[in-house]
Amino acid sequence: MNHWITVRSRQISFRIDRRVPIVLIVLGLISFAIVILSLGQGEYPISPINVLKTLLKLETDNADYDFIIYTLRLPRALIAFLVGVGFAISGAILQGITRNPLAAPDVIGINGGASVVAVSLIVLFPSAPGFVLPIAAFAGALVAAILIYLLAWNGGSSPIRLILIGIGIMALTNAVTSVMLTFGQINSVSQAWIWITGSVYGRSWEHLLPLLPWLIVLIPLALLLSRDLNVLHLGDDVARGVGSRVEWQRIVLLITSVALTGASVATAGTVGFVGLMAPHLARQLVGAGYEGLLPTAALMGGMITVLADLLGRTLFAPTELPCGVITATIGAPYFLYLLYQNRHQ
Amino acid sequence: MNVENSLATAAALSQRIALTTRKLTLAYDGTSIISDLDLAIPAGKITVLVGSNGCGKSTLLRGLARLLKPRHGTVYLDSASIFKLSTKDVAKRLGILPQGPVAPEGLTVRELVAQGRYPHQNWLQQWSKEDEWMVEQALSITDMIELADRSLDTLSGGQRQRAWIAMSLAQNTDILLLDEPTTFLDLAHQIEVLDLLYDLNQTQGRTIVMVLHDLNQACRYADCLVAIAQGQVVAQGEPAQIMTEALVREVFGLESRIIQDPVVGTPLCIPVGRRR
Repeated sequence: MNHWITVRSRQISFRIDRRVPIVLIVLGLISFAIVILSLGQGEYPISPINVLKTLLKLETDNADYDFIIYTLRLPRALIAFLVGVGFAISGAILQGITRNPLAAPDVIGINGGASVVAVSLIVLFPSAPGFVLPIAAFAGALVAAILIYLLAWNGGSSPIRLILIGIGIMALTNAVTSVMLTFGQINSVSQAWIWITGSVYGRSWEHLLPLLPWLIVLIPLALLLSRDLNVLHLGDDVARGVGSRVEWQRIVLLITSVALTGASVATAGTVGFVGLMAPHLARQLVGAGYEGLLPTAALMGGMITVLADLLGRTLFAPTELPCGVITATIGAPYFLYLLYQNRHQ
Repeated sequence: MNVENSLATAAALSQRIALTTRKLTLAYDGTSIISDLDLAIPAGKITVLVGSNGCGKSTLLRGLARLLKPRHGTVYLDSASIFKLSTKDVAKRLGILPQGPVAPEGLTVRELVAQGRYPHQNWLQQWSKEDEWMVEQALSITDMIELADRSLDTLSGGQRQRAWIAMSLAQNTDILLLDEPTTFLDLAHQIEVLDLLYDLNQTQGRTIVMVLHDLNQACRYADCLVAIAQGQVVAQGEPAQIMTEALVREVFGLESRIIQDPVVGTPLCIPVGRRR
């Protein structure tokens, strides 16, 4: 048997596509390399060797490296990676439960919900303390998701309805956000604008810590639910037929997805299209089984976001582009390509 | 048709009963499709539901498989109401293949078939030796081993349908329900799928209940034919005994002649149209 790697003992047994371990290792190495490069980039360039030495706490020729890397640049890179992971898993789950390859937290309006609340806060209450913003974004995502689910619910939640309602919600939140941006004070509007496009600019350890507990709880939960995602992906009737409690499992998965998106948006704004692209690319690499797809998509999402942040900082240096601009520049055509491909099926 | 008649028919086939409905009423959005239906499905036999479009045969199959909650009445699996059992326990005994299922893009045949093991797994035991064996078995019975690593969207309609049937087989249930398993297949593939189901019934004694569109195929493959019109069972029994010109008129509103199938001797329905 060479299609699956099987692990079995008396208590546990599981299988995973044979491509998964090697793909995870390669993606992990590439991500690590990008992070090292990224840590060396900036107003004060540091060579990759010295970055590595500093990370390993080895002696370097400049005592400032430690401060630059550990205090200024590492939290930013880690945050970029982790929000990418969050968006990617969230998108992979949404694509499974909606059975729609175009579903992603930004496509069905969950990011929109987060944005509208956060932008309103920035524009209407510019003096609000900084820590309120993430909480507001998270609440917005949750409200949008609940709204989508309730409106799409009619004696059972149909996947198509979920997408259509989601697109409607997104249009609505975008409209309100535009109104805020049009009538707000210019200073707060430009601040809001940077946040909307998604940026990890100036993120430090204090931004990273609140994100961690969410990921530590939600990622293992998502992995545990991958078997249920597999059967939900076959359609409601088939899933019920093999004994899945469809409605209950869909709610648990939806909440997991929203919480991952909420926590990520709250930390770095709406870094668009990562939740759409990462699961797709991962599926190309390891197939459709969620046991392997979720970890692969997670690393892919982290890699894309770290790379986008690196490109955003280097392409037009010293002008800095938010990483959300880079992901959208690549992601929007990718979305159109998927749309086009879907039409021809 | 009352339950005594239905049970008597089943008894005439000298069979145990696999599924029974008692005063079953099924409705979609308030419109009832099946009302107060009493029906017994014999165990170890092939039962085929026939009827005109919209008569409620697919609805009935969904009801039998607990995919649709009845408005009144219930379905009994052996002696227990199917809605009182846990859905996972039901899934270990009864499999359902809905009409025209769609697999996600890129899913391989083997991956699909493995999903049939879902009710036999839990968080810790996700891939036991038995799971693996059952999947290989299902692939081999359906002659899908060669195609096992192909993605479903690269297969022909007939191969794809065999893959879905393999998934239901991997579920390893005594009862297998199928909703129009031959739809969208050309004639050769229709016969291929029906032959496969026939073999499953003959060699493993599985109870098969299916909805078929083609009356003649139904007559040929059914041990027990159930004719449905306006949400009611009009006739139930061996095809040779119940297939009459009057029944075809009642169920399909069609004039016909019934002759003997020259190949197997079962009833063959020749429709009478305007162009004689």
